[in-house]
Parts: sequence; C-alpha cells; structure tokens
Amino acid sequence: MLTVDNMRIALGDFSLAGDFTITPGARVAVLGPSGAGKSTLLAAIAGFQPLDAGQIHWDAKPMPKDPAARPISMVFQDNNLFPHLTVAQNVGLGLRPNLRLSTDDHTRVAQALTHVGLEGMGDRKPAQLSGGQIARVALARVLLRDRPVLLLDEPFGALGPALKAEMLELVHTLLDETGATLLMVSHDPEDARVLCDQVVLVADGAAHAPVATDEMFANPPEVMREYLGASGEGQL
Amino acid sequence: MARRRVQINRTILGAVALGVVVCLTLGTLIAVAMRAEGAGRLGPADWAAIRFTLWQAAASATLSILLAIPVARALARRSFPGRSVLITLLGAPFILPVIVAILGLIAVFGRTGLISQALGVFGIEPISVYGYHGVILAHVFFNLPLATRLILQGWLAIPSERFRLAASLGMGPSDIARTLERPMLREVVPGAFLVIFLICLTSFAVALALGGGPKATTVELAIYEAFRFDFDLGRAALLALVQFTLGATAALLALRVAIPGDMGTGLDRAVTRWDDTRLLRVQDVTAILLASLFLILPLTMVVLDGLPRLLTLPAEVFSAAARSVMVALLSAAVTLMLSLPIAAFAVRSTSRLVEGIGYLTIAASPLVIGTGLFIIVFPFVKPSDLALPITAVVNAAMSLPFTLRALVPALTAIERDYGKLADGLGMTGMARLRHLWLPRLRRPMGFALGLAAALSMGDLGVIAMFADGSNATLPLQLYRLMTAYRMEDAAAAALLLLALSLALFWVFDKGGRVDADR
Repeated sequence: MLTVDNMRIALGDFSLAGDFTITPGARVAVLGPSGAGKSTLLAAIAGFQPLDAGQIHWDAKPMPKDPAARPISMVFQDNNLFPHLTVAQNVGLGLRPNLRLSTDDHTRVAQALTHVGLEGMGDRKPAQLSGGQIARVALARVLLRDRPVLLLDEPFGALGPALKAEMLELVHTLLDETGATLLMVSHDPEDARVLCDQVVLVADGAAHAPVATDEMFANPPEVMREYLGASGEGQL
Repeated sequence: MARRRVQINRTILGAVALGVVVCLTLGTLIAVAMRAEGAGRLGPADWAAIRFTLWQAAASATLSILLAIPVARALARRSFPGRSVLITLLGAPFILPVIVAILGLIAVFGRTGLISQALGVFGIEPISVYGYHGVILAHVFFNLPLATRLILQGWLAIPSERFRLAASLGMGPSDIARTLERPMLREVVPGAFLVIFLICLTSFAVALALGGGPKATTVELAIYEAFRFDFDLGRAALLALVQFTLGATAALLALRVAIPGDMGTGLDRAVTRWDDTRLLRVQDVTAILLASLFLILPLTMVVLDGLPRLLTLPAEVFSAAARSVMVALLSAAVTLMLSLPIAAFAVRSTSRLVEGIGYLTIAASPLVIGTGLFIIVFPFVKPSDLALPITAVVNAAMSLPFTLRALVPALTAIERDYGKLADGLGMTGMARLRHLWLPRLRRPMGFALGLAAALSMGDLGVIAMFADGSNATLPLQLYRLMTAYRMEDAAAAALLLLALSLALFWVFDKGGRVDADR
C-alpha cells in the first residue's frame, strides 16, 4: 500500500499538499490542470522532490531516501534512454546499474525486448528508433526492474493517437502480468478511462484522494468540470 | 546508503582537487610571503617594473580593443568566402605558443624583417621590435583576435529584428551606431578590456623575449631576473607578492564587471543590414584585410623560415620536443584529474564558491606559483630535478579555468537531462562515471584535454625558472636558440613547436568528436 501522509511541498509561490492512500494493484490516473503539480507529486513519490512536511510510506514503512532503493520504476516524459548506450545496455541497466551483465542477464534482457515487441533490436542505438520503440525500450527496462510501483509521467505525450493507444495497451498487459500499482500523469482524460480504475485529481494546491474513474466522470467535482471544459462535459 | 556513499566520494574527490588548487595558488603564496623581504626594499627599478607592467597592460588592452572594433563590425555585417575560416583563425592564438608568435613577429617587424627590408628600399632605417613597443605589439597580436571575438559576439547578440526595425525607420549608419551599436559596445568593452588587461598583466614570455632593460621590464620578468641572475630569493618573493596583488586586484575588478564568455558559438552567420554604402564597404574590406595580414603574415613567416632546417635540427631540439610532449600529456592528465572532480562538485553544490576556487588561477601567475614551489622544494631536492613534473602541474592549474568553463556547463546539462534517470536506476559512483559522464562528456573533455595539452606544450614560464642545461622543454630550447642568435635553427624549432601544439590539440579534440553519440 502506498501512503501519502500529510505531505506538503512548497516551491516559492507553488505549493502542493496531499494525504491519501493507494491500494496495491490500483491503476491510478493523475489528472489536473497544467502547472497544478501532477509531475511534482510523482517526483515526490519517486524521491526526486524533497518534502517540506509529511512522509510517504510503502507498506507502512517510510520510503528510503535513495530513489533507486524505492520500490519504484519511473518512466519520464523524455530522456528515458541514454543515447550513447545500446538498446540492450539501456534495458540491462534495469538489472545491473554498473552494466556488469552475466550470460543469464543477457538472456533476460533479450527476453524483455522480445516481450515488448523489439526482438533483435538490442544492438541499436536510441537514435535509430522511433518514438514508439523508445517507449517500448523504457517499458522493457521497467519489466526487468520488477518493482511493485510504476510511475508514468506522461511518457506517451509525444506519440500520435494510434501509437499511444498501442502503448497503453502494452502497459495494460504488463500490469496484468506483474500486478504492479500504477500512477500515470496524463493530460488526456481519455487515458484514464482506457487504463485506470481510479483518478487522483491534482488542483488548487492539493492532490486529492483517489476516486473511482467512473464516479469521477459521472459526477465530476467543480475543478474537474472546469478542467474538462465544455467539450469534456459534452462527453459526460 | 549507496547514494550517500557516492555523494561523500564526490565531495571528497572534489574537495581534494580544490585543495590542490588552493595549495598551488594560496599555499605557494604563503611560502612566498614568509620568504619575502620588507616592502621597503622595493628599489627604483622595481617601481619602474610595476609602472611598466600596468602601463603596458593598459596600452595593450586599449589598442587591442580599438583595433578590434572595426574588425568585429566588418565581420558582423559581411559574409564572404573564408569568413568562417577567419573566425576559426581568430581562436587560434589561444593555443599558439607565445614564443612561436614572437619569432614570427620578429620575422615581420624585426631589424631584418619584412617591413625593415621594405623600408630599406626607400633608404629608411630599419625598425626594431625589441623594447616596450615590441611587448605591446606582441600583446596586440595575441589579444586583437580575442577582443574581436568578444566584440563580434556582442554585435551578433543584437537581435536581427532591431536591424530590420532600424531599416524600416530609415536609419543610416550613424543612427544605427548611436541607437544599437554604441550601447552594445558600452556593455561589452569594459569586460573585454579587463580580460585582456589581466592576460597582459601575467604575460611572461613576451617580456622575456622582447622586453627587458630599464624601460621594458615587467614584474614577472623582474621576478625571473632576481631569481635566475642574482639568485636573490627574498627579492623574487617580494616581487611575487607584488605581482599577486596586481593580479588579484584586477581579478576582483573583473568580477564586478560582466565578463563576456567566449565559447565561439553562433559566430558563423552575418547580420543582414540595409544601411550599406560604398564607404562602409571600403572600411570593412580594409579592416578585414589588415587584420588578416597582421595575423597570418607572422605565422606564414614561421613556416617559410622554419621549413628548410626542420629535418637537420640539432638532436637536443628533438629531445626537448620529446620532453615537451611528455610534459603536455602529463599536464593534460593532471588537468582532467583536477577539473572533473571540481566540475562534479560544482554541479552538486549550489554555491558558486567551488567554481570560484577553480578560477583562482586566473589571478595567480605561474611565476609566483613557481617561486613558491621553488622555496618549498629547495631545502629538500635540487629544483631542476623536479622541473618537468612541476611544469606539468603548474600548467594544469593554469588550464583549469578554461577546462572548467567547458566541463561545468556540459556536466550540468547531463545531470539535468539524465540525472534523475540515473538516480532512479541506482547508477552511482563508477557506474555513473563510466556509463553516463565519460561517454557524454567526450566532446568537451576532448576539447579541454586538447586545450590543456596545447597550452602546456607551448608554455614558457615556470620551466625557465627551474630548468638547467639538460632538461629544457621545446619552448625553452627555442628561446635559447634565439638568444644565441641561431635564428635559422630557432625558426625550424618554432615550426616544430607550432606543429606539435596544433597536433596535440587536434588529436584530443578530434578524439572527443569521433563517433560521439549526440
């Protein structure tokens, strides 16, 4: 269980508060207006953003300070791959941060690549890949990291609609297999409907407790209605 | 835990590197201060040296900038074939060995040089390049290109929309100068002046080769003479204190003025202007031609004079060259060992102090550091035994400000783009160094190593204090050939030195570029 316990973050004019729990295996969309602090929430959970007050727990234990020691895999908006390393090396980092890979490790890397549909592409450099393939490599690494929480910070924002649907489908499959808990920042409410059973709304300086996705869209609170706008309302 | 261990490692390594720099600069200064005699012992000759040092630095900086303005203006508004080559060439004096340029200047401006020969045709007395005007000439030769680049950057930083606006308002050249160009110059020139002033303040080899005597001795030269000819350590130390005070004062002044950076980016486009006249065109062509001649002619003379004797050079020149290459490689390695930890420390720590200490060697003079090191090692070993390693280390310290300027922004960008990813994956310590920093720093590191190697290769400073007959570097050997009036051998040695310096820079810089993934 992921617990955000009386968290408070202040960065100049900006502030973000949160106090909620996420049940294991939940698939949570983090929605809200831009600049509200969706990415800051994820950075705090991942250990990149120090808290001014409060704590974040995993299974009732405080999270370690070191981001790498947290039970978390994270995929960022961009720069998810090191351009000077091959695809296989980028994935291999998920097993050994020093890249001293055993024969067994190499096999697992190859399997992970096959799993995300990139069989035989291990020797390529990221520059030779398409945007969708890059996202797949990042997900292959997530697979090998094998952490109970997956944080996605708008990783598919730059992909076209068809590719994005494909990637959401892949995430869906991976989550089914691993049973990991997902928190995904998105600016597209549709993503939430496709993939997530819960929504955390980040607005007005607070990350609100998760609400079931159906309920959120059936009966959106005022801020959510504003965020969705006229077109969103039309869909409701 | 792993993360904390790495932070400590990074902090410790950075602190050790900074400690070395502080010992080299301030530590040697303490040694100097303890050995120095009372300020009352500054004789009239010493005061003359102080006056000349300040005067020549001010004159060189003023002249460099006055001459650079028309050249920069011409380069800013003209595009012509060879423009980018010329701009690259303007960066070359930085890695050009001082002594080589001096030989080239003598070949053009000396008693038997091109100009004197031309004057001789009309029965006019030959001119001499030795004395205060020679010192200033050489300083302008080195700093006119730098001034041009700094001012050109200012020109190209004026948004092109402003020139379009000026054109649509019907402004002529003088209106544009008043509303756009002079305000820019008021901002850029003070910083450029101080940079050049500082460079000329600590320039030693030029004064050694072209200056001297009561009228053209700088403080640095006086240190060397007190040291070498009188072996008066007390006086050398006193003068070293004076030199440090001058340098530190100028550096403090420089800190208050915005110093323009010169990383040579984005100089390859010219501004489109609509106020062209025939007069302007003539002006610009003249400025560019004269500046090119002034820069290219001396170097051409080095090549032409040096070629015939290159292969028949005496053996001691080649052994000196081998020693120099070794010193340069050692110096490049030390530079990297100092600058990488300092850069890593600077990126992590929020305070600018770390970087500031790295820049300390701008104000320090190699001769002051050399005097201090001599005082420290003298009781224990024969200083000439340590001449080469000490030269390498001092050269490395002097390269530090430039290598840091290349490495710190690059490392900052790497940590900004990939730091979180690496943190999240637990890439710490050696793993981060091997798989993130080194591969992504290849280009700036190649550039920095090339710079450090070339600067060390051409350096004629500390080595002149420490070397005896058997362990001269190539620049010192070249200087000895010059003072022995073996000008043909000197020219060939200069060509060898020039080629080796450029080759060292090229090899490292190229090595950083080859197959570097962007």
